[in-house]
Amino acid sequence: MTLELQKPRPIWQIMFSTHHTDVGLLYLITSLTFLFLGGSLALGIRAELFLPGSQIIADSMTFNRIFTVHGTTLIFLFIIPFASAVGNYYVPIMVRYKDMAYPKLNAIAFWMIPPAGVLIWLGFADFTWYATPPYSIISAPGPAADMWIFGLKILGVSSVLGALNFVVTILKCKHPDMSIGQIPLLAWSFLSTSLIIIVAIPTFAAALLMLLTDRLGVSGFFNPALGGDPIAYAHLFWFTFHPEVYVLVIPAIGMMYEIIPRFSRKPIYSYNSGVFAFVMLSIVGFSSWAHHMYATGMSFTEKTVFMVGTLAAVPASAMHVFNFIATMWNGRIKFSTPMMWAVGGIALFFSAGAGGVVNSAMPLDFTTHDTYWVVGHFHLFVMGTIAFGSIGYLYYMFPYVTGRMYNETLGKIHFVMAFIGTVLVFFTQHVLGLYGMPRRIYDYPPIPEWIAMNQIATVGAMIIGISMAIFLANMIYSAGKGKPADTDDPFGLGGKYYYPFEAKNPSH
Amino acid sequence: MSGHSNWPEWIYVAVVIALMAWVGAEAWETERLIEHVPEDAKIIIVTGQQWFWTFEHEDGTKEIGELHVEVGKAYKFEVVSKDVNHSFNIHDYVVLMDAIPGRVNTVWFAPDKVGEHDIQCREYCGLIHYNMRGTLYVTEPSS
Repeated sequence: MTLELQKPRPIWQIMFSTHHTDVGLLYLITSLTFLFLGGSLALGIRAELFLPGSQIIADSMTFNRIFTVHGTTLIFLFIIPFASAVGNYYVPIMVRYKDMAYPKLNAIAFWMIPPAGVLIWLGFADFTWYATPPYSIISAPGPAADMWIFGLKILGVSSVLGALNFVVTILKCKHPDMSIGQIPLLAWSFLSTSLIIIVAIPTFAAALLMLLTDRLGVSGFFNPALGGDPIAYAHLFWFTFHPEVYVLVIPAIGMMYEIIPRFSRKPIYSYNSGVFAFVMLSIVGFSSWAHHMYATGMSFTEKTVFMVGTLAAVPASAMHVFNFIATMWNGRIKFSTPMMWAVGGIALFFSAGAGGVVNSAMPLDFTTHDTYWVVGHFHLFVMGTIAFGSIGYLYYMFPYVTGRMYNETLGKIHFVMAFIGTVLVFFTQHVLGLYGMPRRIYDYPPIPEWIAMNQIATVGAMIIGISMAIFLANMIYSAGKGKPADTDDPFGLGGKYYYPFEAKNPSH
Repeated sequence: MSGHSNWPEWIYVAVVIALMAWVGAEAWETERLIEHVPEDAKIIIVTGQQWFWTFEHEDGTKEIGELHVEVGKAYKFEVVSKDVNHSFNIHDYVVLMDAIPGRVNTVWFAPDKVGEHDIQCREYCGLIHYNMRGTLYVTEPSS
């Protein structure tokens, strides 16, 4: 793995390779590209909302397209491919196999992502990442909407292929001397995630096809004018995408399980409870999808069932937090950059979960639903937990991928700024939601509280933006010209012992 | 387990489960009370369409973008939509119900103070979603 960038090869050799670290590198670069693209859109949204009235975006349709593509990009083209990058690099090594189980399938799964990204970005649809019918059927302008549907279709197939590959690699290709109870928690996180994907994604794949034929006018599954029901789409969508939340968050927690014990110089407090919590989350993740739909006119019984299903996920998530804190307890902690990101991510994971309990309680949900509270809540997961875990892991992998060390000071500045920015943006948005500001609005009336909170959030977003520019500069400069890393102990923890998985495949 | 005693984790998990059970029970009880519509509630039909709200009172009078109600009386909204999904929201009174074409959803409230409140749409509905707003006027009883 250190070899790719130290001994330069023609780019086509990496592009047409099926080797897991090459595919991992492709996933990594693609996902980071989309991170910066999607992040710039977020800065545009925040700049527009700095004051009431039109600021930098000319009309509401452009604004609607921007937040749609922002969400779609960061979920499907940053978070999921980034996890695949980490999985590609590490899972085969952790189960002691020479490659992924199906290398060609692996490359195919990757190569479906760029065309899907191009479709989504060239189309620039406006119907939100949820593509809600009947708006998406009768009102959303084509061909943007159709391009979005095809893009998502391709991404769905890609993630199912990737998930099958991880499941087979972990269950069938692990070294015969290893039992399933010996594979690291990061590999367990990929096993749980992949199983969720295989169960959940086909439902949305079906819904997308139905949406497409509805748009073409040949069916009316979700079109009330033809006897269909938009709520059916909501059920199909959330049956996939509530479990998908766990697909996004579980690998990030797995990455934290790699970082925190190393930098605390202690074994994990309880491996078994980590495994148990992963398995629990991937099961109970399927019992809560309709908590997104309390306000659609559900009966009291339905709401109660899904509230209980949602609250059931809390103990398992809390077990991870406990496990992290107990691992750090009395450890000789070294706060290098990856550790700072992981610990910051845990703090924000806890905050996000606490806010989620409020959403799930039926009467309170009617205050928070579809307001900025929800925006703040899920961004604490996707940004505060998942992106923090991922970026921390990227810093951790960096010496192994490039053979060079990033600039530690800049890494810490990146963390501090991003953490402050995240708190400013997303904690403030919770409060803004309690003041009643709806999501997905281009302009708002000049209510003093709304203006103040929006301005704080915009300042926070700009701080994150600057920190990400520092990050980009650090990565690019250090990959080419950074200090050569001591790959035995790049973080100075005190020996090779702390790095059981160097990401160099011993089979190559 | 990895050789050490794990009782702190079990206690912690038990506390979390107890806390969640309490949240769930409180929420269940509150929601049960909230969903009980008073029998004398007056019906107002709320129609959402791109991009304004129409209100039809029991006596047949219609209002667009404005809703006049009297303090101290209970009102039951029947929320419907003519085109795409909307969400009828009076944030100050925690009134929130989706307007979905082909369905009639109900929600009720009883204003307790004279005043003006914002009405807005809280579900994305397209171009002018951001300005699909109205005003609720709570007035003294006329008789």
